[in-house]
Amino acid sequence: MTINGWLQIAVFLALVLAVTKPMGIFLTHVFNRERTFMDPVLRPLERLLYRLTGVDEDHEMKWTEYAFAMLLFSVVSMLLLYLMQRVQGFLPFNPQKFAAVSPAHLAFNTAASFTTNTNWQSYSGESTMSYFTQMAGLAYHNFISAATGIALAIAFVRGIARRQMQTIGNFWVDMVRSCLWVLLPFCVVGALVLVSQGVVQNLKPYDAVKLVEPQQVQHVNADGKPAVDAAGKPVMDTVATQTIAQGPVASQEIIKEWGTNGGGFFNANSSHPFENPSPLSNLIELFTIFAISAGLTYTLGRMTGSQSHGWAVWGAMAVLFLAGVTVAYWAEARGNPLLHGVNQQVTATQAGGNMEGKEVRFGITNSALFATVTTDASCGAINGWHDSFTPLGGMVPLVNIMLSEVIFGGVGAGMYGILIYVVLAVFIAGLMVGRTPEYLGKKIEAYDVKMAMLVALIFPLVILVFTGFSSVNGFGTSSITNPGPHGFTQMLYAFTSGAGNNGSAFGGLNTNTLWYNTTLGMTMLIGRFFMIIPMLAIAGNLAQKKYVPPSLGTFPVTTPLFSALLIGVILIVGALTFFPALSLGPILEHLLMAAGKTF
Amino acid sequence: MASKRSKKAIWEGKIVGRAMVDSFVKLDPRHMMGNPVMFVVEVGSVITTVLLVRGGGAFLFNLQITLWLWFTVLFANFAEAMAEGRGKAQADTLRKARSETIANRILESGQIEKIPSSNLRAGDMVKVVAGEFVPSDGEIVEGVASVDESAITGESAPVIREAGGDRSAVTGGTRVLSDEIKVKITSNPGETFLDRMIALVEGAERQKTPNEIALNILLAGLTIIFLLAVVTLQPFAIYAGAPQSVFVLVSLLVCLIPTTIGGLLSAIGIAGMDRLIQHNVLAMSGRAVEAAGDVDTLLLDKTGTITLGNRQASEFIPAPGVSEAEMADASQLSSLADETPEGRSIVVLAKEKYGLRGRELGPHEMEFVPFTAQTRMSGVNMSGNQIRKGAVDAITKYLAANGGAMPPEVQASVELIARSGGTPLVVAEKQRALGVIHLKDIVKGGMRERFDQLRAIGIKTVMITGDNPLTAAAIAREAGVDDFLAEATPKDKMDLIRREQAQGKLVAMTGDGTNDAPALAQADVGVAMNTGTQAAKEAGNMVDLDSNPTKLIEVVAIGKQLLMTRGSLTTFSIANDVAKYFAIIPAMFAGTFPVLNALNIMHLRTPQSAILSAVIFNAVIIIALIPLALRGVKYRPMSAAALLRRNLWVYGVGGIIVPFIGIKLIDMLITGVRLA
Repeated sequence: MTINGWLQIAVFLALVLAVTKPMGIFLTHVFNRERTFMDPVLRPLERLLYRLTGVDEDHEMKWTEYAFAMLLFSVVSMLLLYLMQRVQGFLPFNPQKFAAVSPAHLAFNTAASFTTNTNWQSYSGESTMSYFTQMAGLAYHNFISAATGIALAIAFVRGIARRQMQTIGNFWVDMVRSCLWVLLPFCVVGALVLVSQGVVQNLKPYDAVKLVEPQQVQHVNADGKPAVDAAGKPVMDTVATQTIAQGPVASQEIIKEWGTNGGGFFNANSSHPFENPSPLSNLIELFTIFAISAGLTYTLGRMTGSQSHGWAVWGAMAVLFLAGVTVAYWAEARGNPLLHGVNQQVTATQAGGNMEGKEVRFGITNSALFATVTTDASCGAINGWHDSFTPLGGMVPLVNIMLSEVIFGGVGAGMYGILIYVVLAVFIAGLMVGRTPEYLGKKIEAYDVKMAMLVALIFPLVILVFTGFSSVNGFGTSSITNPGPHGFTQMLYAFTSGAGNNGSAFGGLNTNTLWYNTTLGMTMLIGRFFMIIPMLAIAGNLAQKKYVPPSLGTFPVTTPLFSALLIGVILIVGALTFFPALSLGPILEHLLMAAGKTF
Repeated sequence: MASKRSKKAIWEGKIVGRAMVDSFVKLDPRHMMGNPVMFVVEVGSVITTVLLVRGGGAFLFNLQITLWLWFTVLFANFAEAMAEGRGKAQADTLRKARSETIANRILESGQIEKIPSSNLRAGDMVKVVAGEFVPSDGEIVEGVASVDESAITGESAPVIREAGGDRSAVTGGTRVLSDEIKVKITSNPGETFLDRMIALVEGAERQKTPNEIALNILLAGLTIIFLLAVVTLQPFAIYAGAPQSVFVLVSLLVCLIPTTIGGLLSAIGIAGMDRLIQHNVLAMSGRAVEAAGDVDTLLLDKTGTITLGNRQASEFIPAPGVSEAEMADASQLSSLADETPEGRSIVVLAKEKYGLRGRELGPHEMEFVPFTAQTRMSGVNMSGNQIRKGAVDAITKYLAANGGAMPPEVQASVELIARSGGTPLVVAEKQRALGVIHLKDIVKGGMRERFDQLRAIGIKTVMITGDNPLTAAAIAREAGVDDFLAEATPKDKMDLIRREQAQGKLVAMTGDGTNDAPALAQADVGVAMNTGTQAAKEAGNMVDLDSNPTKLIEVVAIGKQLLMTRGSLTTFSIANDVAKYFAIIPAMFAGTFPVLNALNIMHLRTPQSAILSAVIFNAVIIIALIPLALRGVKYRPMSAAALLRRNLWVYGVGGIIVPFIGIKLIDMLITGVRLA
């Protein structure tokens, strides 16, 4: 660990802190339908959209109607994406002449993945998806799944802020405003900045370039097996050219981060030089992952009239972020203890530490930081291979997702995720002050607790049950590429990433199989929608409650003490469930590695 | 608080004995189903018992695990039975009072018929004479009597009950000591106050309160989550090549689910009701007790609650040219025969301040002039002299009639006193005004401190009085209440409650009269005085058998304490899991992966001793916390923020640390005696 490294982390957090207030104020204006400087351009467009679709923008929805609109919209969009993948061979913008995405379970998995803002990729973008599918299918979902998340967070915040009202807003309006006022303008600016760093943006066929040094590789037969001649010697091919994938990358790259989607244009995601060419582009991507979610904490404070509560939530998130990045940075910078006699020191000419699976242009700090940020949020973009991290370094992203990605979190999803924890924290500890627990003037009662527990239950349910099935059946274990605890972590990580709608892969697990495509697809859908429905139920229930004015006897949710309590509840409720699994995965692997055994 | 009174009683032999038996009776699955956490433990115990009988494995270890799992269930049942025990003992006493009596029913013809009291119906008329028990609840329609209500209130001094007014209610089971009364029965058999009281103290009617229901949902949810964690651990363990025995898995599950709070939850609720009963307050529902903890606004009647019942003389202010001693002397003379509390207080003040002893004067020397509504004065006529005291306008008239006038200085004193909230009484001697007596409402000792405490916990106090706003404001200031309602009519009171409730606040009040009934019903916590009318008692959701309106403050404290106890033990229970993981997880897998012993930070001796120690700790902690559950956590009036900080340290951080120590100690003990 170096001072330079810590300074970079500090600069990053300072940028997030700096953007929180302006972003929060902007979002508040957008969703309170107050004037912003973009109105002259966007209002006519918005009105036109409503006129075309027959949406009454003044109509207010009950939580059930809000949920129904959201579900309907998601289901239809998901079906469209599925169909588009299956017929992409007949559609335009396909210079590489890619056929339909197959098998069907891969298309299902991908459709579920992008609808749920997960962006788990069982495919490799540059060899599977046409430009049309990328732009009209995947990028479209990147926008609308993120917009849906923001809309839901705003609806929840309204639920807290409103008093004795039946409604929590209009889904269509919230969604449209998320796209028009927030995501689209941010992306236009951001994409241009990324292009300045060298991210490509074109619709060209892939380039073929001559290799400076031709390579010998073993010939592969039609049956997929390496070819050998009669004498049993390998048959070698000489490769003299290389294909360099192209495409409309910048436009897709930027929404990948603003919308915490994480689905890379290329298989290598943000470690690919066309997606993330420079340290500056890396910083921009990190910043855009956190920016909206950090701003939402300010919006929470502003809309509920308790700004210090917003900051208390921000504080809890920041502490958990620092804890994660510290462990990951420490674990990676320490290097691999088994490489005796190898110089793993940081010098001016080498990054030092455990550089396996990391890009040299990012080094230890920015790889550890990226892994932490992408899993704190439900982004899932990667700039290094989590599978190649040290066991403890790789545990950080895993634990971050297990905590439900509430450390700033996915756009919107992080906000409503942490608010569920807030409800539980207020309930568990609230009784200790001798009153029926109150959260910002709303009593937390049986119905709210029931719904919050449903949300809390979904996560361990899908992760543990599917991992359990996978770990004792051939269809599960045959996909792992390392034995022992490392292989176990691969499976655990996949389902955790799916349930958390993160989408980052630990790596090493071949998930393009019937079992994994199907179960991960289900995991993603359950992890998103089964959580959203009880969450909206709480929002609706809170909205219709009476407001109890705060007094000295009211449970304080604005203090550092509250932040500490919230952190405690997140760790205990979130981590305790997964402690046995973790102890058989990364913890065991770490201890075995220290004893000299690797997998 | 109740803690002092109940300290001795907690481990009382008879109650403990009965509770031990009940612990086994409560094993009935139909009873256990009501408590999902402990039901899971019971199911786990049954499974391990069956497996134990079928044999195989490490018998001694499996036997001990099985036994301790059963103990866990029994300990939880014992806690509940202990909480019920005191109520049951009290119910037995009450039942004796309900014993069959013979009632004298008055027939329409006027004749009297003797029938068993259990045959009385609402609407019947009965006659009760001295020495008889009142056969059922009713209103006195004729007569006045002194009644011994000790069977209900525990208070042995008799009380007066009379027809009409606010003291007309009599309760079945109480005894008429003197005179005879005609009573109209208001309750049917089985619905009397005594019946309800028995059901309440026994806990037979106990329904889960809103917060308890919510907490149960949380606990059930956590139980399901941990069930998932443990059930799926087996395939993980199989993958790792270290499959676990059912005994170990059940042990882990029981340790993780919140058995501590699950086992004590109903005991806490029962004990909360019981604490109220110790304070001689009957809550008609547990919901009311919880609501008491949530109260934001307390409405307190001025008279009797904030101030002593009557005004008292506090000062003599002589008129110009009159010495203070002369003024005091005249005041005392005018009041010697005045039996009103105000009059007596004037005599007392004169004696205390000026050493004037009461003089025994024969009636021939002095003629007492009593207060009448016409003159609005009282006083004495003595040989050649007259002394009068009364309100300023009455005395002004009296002076004018005798050819005198009210000096402006006296007039000024009168106004000063009135503005300060006191009542001025002017004393005059024929045409000469002597001075003013300052009558003052005396605020009860310690009230200001109590209101300060209430303010510290965020509760607003509102004084209700019939006084004019000026007087009310002065007393409010002196007593330290936050607000007051002057010249209050029952409707004003009702409006005030509605206004507070519209702001989302919970309101508590006390009352006794029939005209209080609507407000009592509207308030979230309405404490009716036992001396009050039947209507008031039915409208409120609590009855104070001591009829002490100040007790409202204790009721609030008890409600808060109930909620705090639940929250604290929930936090403690969940925090305990950290240590249990560190005991059990390495024990499960260190056999296959010795490196996992690094997680055995307590250095427990063997895997078996580690698991057993965790299970034993988990069971024993329930017993250890029974006194806390029954007594409630210590309640101190402080802000919510301060309370939270304190309780988070004690029960949150303490909950993480204590089991590490406890499990280690148990491990040392059981390995010392070679049980594992």
